[in-house]
Amino acid sequence: MKSFEYVRPASVAEAIIAASQPGAAYLAAGTNLLDLMKAGVCRPHRLVDVTRLPGLDRIEPLADGGVRIGALVRNADLAHDTAFARAYPAVAEALLSGASAQLRNAATVGGNVLQRTRCAYFYDVASPCNKREPGIGCGARHGENRLHAVLGWSDACIATHPSDFCVPLVALDAVVEIEGAGGRREVRLEDLHLLPGAAPAVETVLAPGDLLTAVRLPAGANSLSRHARYLKVRERTSYAFAVVSAAACLSIDRGRMVEARLALGGVAAKPWRARDAEAMLAGGAPNSANFRRAADAALADAKASGDNEFKIELARRIMVRALALAAAGTPERIPALPASPFATQPGALLDA
Amino acid sequence: MHPCISLTINGVQRVIELADPRVTLLDLLRERLHLTGTKKGCDRGQCGACTILVDGRRINSCLALAVSHDGADITTIEGIARGEELHPLQAAFIAHDGFQCGFCTPGQIMSALGLINEGQAGGDAERIREGMSGNLCRCGAYAGITEAVLEQHNKLTEAKEKRVA
Repeated sequence: MKSFEYVRPASVAEAIIAASQPGAAYLAAGTNLLDLMKAGVCRPHRLVDVTRLPGLDRIEPLADGGVRIGALVRNADLAHDTAFARAYPAVAEALLSGASAQLRNAATVGGNVLQRTRCAYFYDVASPCNKREPGIGCGARHGENRLHAVLGWSDACIATHPSDFCVPLVALDAVVEIEGAGGRREVRLEDLHLLPGAAPAVETVLAPGDLLTAVRLPAGANSLSRHARYLKVRERTSYAFAVVSAAACLSIDRGRMVEARLALGGVAAKPWRARDAEAMLAGGAPNSANFRRAADAALADAKASGDNEFKIELARRIMVRALALAAAGTPERIPALPASPFATQPGALLDA
Repeated sequence: MHPCISLTINGVQRVIELADPRVTLLDLLRERLHLTGTKKGCDRGQCGACTILVDGRRINSCLALAVSHDGADITTIEGIARGEELHPLQAAFIAHDGFQCGFCTPGQIMSALGLINEGQAGGDAERIREGMSGNLCRCGAYAGITEAVLEQHNKLTEAKEKRVA
């Protein structure tokens, strides 16, 4: 690992100044950054440790009925916060389906949202990667790419965003709060991550020194809590990134879906909101014909980026299954294997 | 002069000079303090062999910078027995054949302690397995590990409930 200067600012204002210089990076738990530094993928000159900044480790209910989650709240603490998990069960389930208990105890909300892709070519400094070194080429495009993107990719980059947490968040209209040199601003989570286009090294709308301070869920996001699920296909039972995942949150009244939210994970460089599918679902009956039609709409633009055509059909089935599970109702307790399609659940269409 | 950090390690307070900010908690424990019970497996947060408790919570010490943990209270495998008397979890791993080569065992035991503290698994073998999925065992002693953790989870949780009542 390349050496670096370590600084521990006492306030957000000091942190922004310290991190605005070229080569500086924010350090929270470091569960992703240290890994990248050990591999030589990230080589910061300076680490700005934000873990002691005051006021960023709270889960605050807001007067309007929303909730504000400080960027330093640990993934495990958020998932196990009883009031939060009751109001946003798909978010809690997604968190608990990610990484391991050790990593969830350390990893922060801000770090989860801003984690980097797990594309093996990005991690391997001996391979070309346009994200690591703009213009050098993409090793994945004609390499081992069965787990890569099927939506929103470009010839320059076919990497996916690995977060589970972000998938239900984007479905629930989450907003991120950012402090930067120009003061405080807000960005919809849906607009935070960028598709690769010709410049895959630019992954978010954040400017140097920008600090993500909180994630907010708006008023009304908790009205979908009775029919909310996250479902994730992994290559092993636990402790693996998503091959494909889906968050489905519904509001059902008298046999009709008043409102539907649907998002996909593991398919693109950002958490993928399926708005066309949501519009098709709204007003209809929660049945498999409608779920299938909506899933088809969500994948209308999907295209294999390599040896991964199967992910399109897998995404279709996972969306249908997630919608069916959501319609059946949020379980009383998060299943023993959170988000697993192999866990049995009454009413589920196991062959969907 | 180099910056110093203060850590409480297995109940003993230590002031440690850190000449290099790159040192992880894992390397600090093993190389500086010679507490080699905590193992370096993958060094990348994938195997769990380096699991320790920091302020009572299990984490991967390979992905934790020591300099960022100034003031922390750390428990390692060396800190859980009472003199010659093994911690009940250590004894349970022996009783249930919860290991073969033993390399992953300190991490497994520290992780199991963390899991019991978290109180989320209940007495459910499937939840125990899921909660222990961050600890890989190359010898495949999972059946014995699950039995040992399940037994001690129930015993320690029961004992805790009695104390509260």
